[in-house]
Amino acid sequence: MAEIEIKTAPADFRFPTTNQTRHCFTRYVEFHRCVSAKGDEAAECDKFAKYYRSLCPAEWVDKWNEQRENGTFAGPL
Amino acid sequence: MILRSLECRFLTIALCDAAEPWQLGSQDAATPMMQGIIDLHHDIFFFLILILVFVSRMLVRALWHFNEQTNPIPQRIVHGTTIEIIRTIFPSVILLFIAIPSFALLYSMDGVLVDPAITIKAIGHQWYRTYEYSDYNSSDEQSLTFDSYTIPEDDPELGQSRLLEVDNRVVVPAKTHLRMIVTPADVPHSWAVPSSGVKCDAVPGRSNLTSISVQREGVYYGQCSEIRGTNHAFTPIVVEAVTLKDYADWVSNQLILQTN
Repeated sequence: MAEIEIKTAPADFRFPTTNQTRHCFTRYVEFHRCVSAKGDEAAECDKFAKYYRSLCPAEWVDKWNEQRENGTFAGPL
Repeated sequence: MILRSLECRFLTIALCDAAEPWQLGSQDAATPMMQGIIDLHHDIFFFLILILVFVSRMLVRALWHFNEQTNPIPQRIVHGTTIEIIRTIFPSVILLFIAIPSFALLYSMDGVLVDPAITIKAIGHQWYRTYEYSDYNSSDEQSLTFDSYTIPEDDPELGQSRLLEVDNRVVVPAKTHLRMIVTPADVPHSWAVPSSGVKCDAVPGRSNLTSISVQREGVYYGQCSEIRGTNHAFTPIVVEAVTLKDYADWVSNQLILQTN
C-alpha cells in the first residue's frame, strides 16, 4: 500500500473570505499560464495543478477544459 | 422518551453527536467552534435571566400595588429625566456586554488563514451528496470521489438512526485542520453538522469555504439546511472522524478500489 501524503493547497492571503470561487479559478488560470510559459513538462507547474484540483469541483474543471479546447475560455491564459 | 433525553443530557458517558428525541439543548461540541457557540449561549443566558427577573419583579410589583382597590386615584407622572437616562444607558451597556463575546466568536470562526491539511469538497445534488478528495490526484480525471445516499426508511439496521444514516460516510481525520469546500451542482443546498458548529450554504456557481477541526473521533450527524424540493428531508450528512493514520489507510484503500 502506497503511503499517501497529507498535503493540500495552502491558505491564500488573496482569498481570505468564505467565497472561494475565485481562488479555484485563479489557481486554474495560474497553472495554464505556467504551462504556456514553461512548457508542458515543467515540474514547477505541478504544484499549481495540485492546488486547483484540490480547490475546484471536478465538474468545473471539466467544463473549463472543454472551453479551453474550443477556445472560449474566459480567463486570461 | 423524555427520560431518555434527560439521560442523554446528564447521565451518559458517551457524548451526543446525533439528534435525540425531545432534545432541548445543543449536541455536544466536537470542535472548538461549537464549544464557543455553546459558551456564548450560556453567557447570553446570564443576561437573559437577569432581565427576566428584573422585568418580572417590576411587573408583579406594579400589578400588586397599583390597582383600583389600593390606589383609587392614579398618579399622573409623564416624565422623569433621571429614570429615562438610566433606562437608556443600562440596556445599551448590557448589549455591549453581549456584543463583545459575540463578535469575538464571529470573527474567530471566520479565521480561514490557517494552512489546512486536507481539502474535502462536498457537492450537493438532488438528492444526495458527492464528496471529492482531490488532494491525491495526479490528473484531472483521477479522483477519490463517492456519492453519499441516505439509507431508505425501511432499510436501516439495528442501531442506525432513521433517515440520518448514509451508505458512504465522509471520513475525516481528527485533530486536523480541514477545509470544506461546499458547492452544489443544481439547486442551493446547505452542508450542516451541528456538533461541529458548521452550517455552510451551497450556492450554484460559487464555492464556499468552511474550516473545521474535529477534536475527537466519532460519528457526527447532520442534515441539509436549505429547503430545496421534495426529497429535502432525505439527504443527511454523516461525518466519521478517525485517527490520522486510519484516515491515511482509508484513503489508500479507496484509491486502490477506485483505480481497479
